[in-house]
Amino acid sequence: MSQADTNPLDPGASLDPLPGHSSRGRLERILRRGEFAVTAELNPPDSADPHDVYERAAIFDGWVDGINAVDASGANAHMSSVGICALLTRMGYAPIMQISCRDKNRIAIQGDVLGAAAMGVQNILCLTGDGVQAGDQPGAKPVFDLDCMSLLETIRIMRDNSKFLSGRKLTSPPTVFLGAAINPFAPPYDFRPHRLAKKIAAGAQFVQSQYCYDVPMFRTYMQKVRDMGLDKECFILCGVGPLASARTAKWMRSNVPGVHIPDAIIARLEGAQDQKKEGKQLCIDIINEVKEIAGVSGIHVMAYRQEEFVAEIVHESGVLKGRRPWRKEPNPVDGMVAARMEEILENPRQMPHEMAGAVGDAETP
Amino acid sequence: MADEPTKPTQASLNKKAATTTAYKPSGVSATGRNARSFAIRLWSVRHSRALEWFYAHFADIFLKLHPMWKAIGYQRAEGPVKFVEKHVKGFLFDCRMCGQCVLSSTGMSCPMNCPKQLRNGPCGGVRANGNCEVEPDMPCVWVQAWSGAQQMNGRDMILNVQKPVDQSLRETSSWLRVTASAAASREAAANPGAQQ
Repeated sequence: MSQADTNPLDPGASLDPLPGHSSRGRLERILRRGEFAVTAELNPPDSADPHDVYERAAIFDGWVDGINAVDASGANAHMSSVGICALLTRMGYAPIMQISCRDKNRIAIQGDVLGAAAMGVQNILCLTGDGVQAGDQPGAKPVFDLDCMSLLETIRIMRDNSKFLSGRKLTSPPTVFLGAAINPFAPPYDFRPHRLAKKIAAGAQFVQSQYCYDVPMFRTYMQKVRDMGLDKECFILCGVGPLASARTAKWMRSNVPGVHIPDAIIARLEGAQDQKKEGKQLCIDIINEVKEIAGVSGIHVMAYRQEEFVAEIVHESGVLKGRRPWRKEPNPVDGMVAARMEEILENPRQMPHEMAGAVGDAETP
Repeated sequence: MADEPTKPTQASLNKKAATTTAYKPSGVSATGRNARSFAIRLWSVRHSRALEWFYAHFADIFLKLHPMWKAIGYQRAEGPVKFVEKHVKGFLFDCRMCGQCVLSSTGMSCPMNCPKQLRNGPCGGVRANGNCEVEPDMPCVWVQAWSGAQQMNGRDMILNVQKPVDQSLRETSSWLRVTASAAASREAAANPGAQQ
């Protein structure tokens, strides 16, 4: 545990805001301190049981600086990102709430931002979202009222100007660290760095990239990004993930929009005895190459359905350099909840009906 | 776990089911079906420089006609102007009449033809061949926009962050709005202080 991230007076209390920081979250502190950040993606459950979320989050305990709560990724219906964030913040985790523009219009999104910030969400990632045709309900109406850029700008205006998009005032602005996604592996390649510049202009403070399997391509992208000076203006987290087998890789390449996997990677997996182990090793090798690239501030591990490997991958690649990410953050309302627990356990339940002397009224015919 | 990755998704089942009857709809989304052939749209992008030059002069003429529009009344002029605008731009760009034209900032490739209606650049799902994620046969609107913008004088306009679409302006004339606001700012510049 890094001592800088605990409140010196009371380790259980919430952090003081730092000058120049837009959120009180630890992800922003770690990035601004120049430490190598690790984030992971939580596989959203298809259930109404909160323990499914807790179990899936517990795997990441002490290994990651932030957990992405995905918003119906791949246009498949799952538990909502707001719901997951509500559960995670309740247990003291540091979620990164994803908002995709596919499912909600600007009215719903602005409401969700306020609700999430009230629950203690410190990081929000703005996405456009996959098209509905990619998911399990291709008949859904694609909303796309905002796009990721105007979404970033909307939340930035809410945070910095304390106003809705309409100009109506907020009494208390959402203090969040704003993120976006980048995909350096899709055409038009020479537009991609400019698009990152646009996202930064719109308000992005950190970005997470799409799965990186083509390191040379990522390197040329980063070269352009450094030439434009963009790595100084935002924190770039490179997306990585283990491939379960050559078959998965081929399937992902043809079915998941925006994923680029070179033939060499698939050949390497096909040639291996234990493809799953090789996939993990490949991920570690990519991390070791990527972390040396100037301008990369962290990694984002997307181990879809292989979440149990995240700890091993992070450990074996040694990106944390012995640092122990904070396990659970105290929630600002924890004190209130504790007081309520005491009240429930100790005080007798108040019966307003009895106290008003109206007990017998209902029973008399 | 991950050892059954090729399990068919519902979307693929739907796609398969559609082939069991004789009629299979073309395309994937309404956006794709509304587009005629892509040939004219792509021609417009290839000639973005010429169209930019033409529009600049056309907008000047429209602005010079401001007294006439004012005499007729902008509201009364809207019907016929919109009709012409819809069909001219519809022919050249597959215009969707969003009412707030940004063609000059998007390399003469209409962003409302993007199935996600993105106005700030391509999404991360562009296929390696430069086609759309949603409509596999359609060239990505933003790949085209980037190539079109490179030929134009205002090639840096594509780097501006666009505001979200105002849905209440749909099916209105963008030409008249631009003309009216240009005339208003010209008048404000001519006699400053008149507004205050």
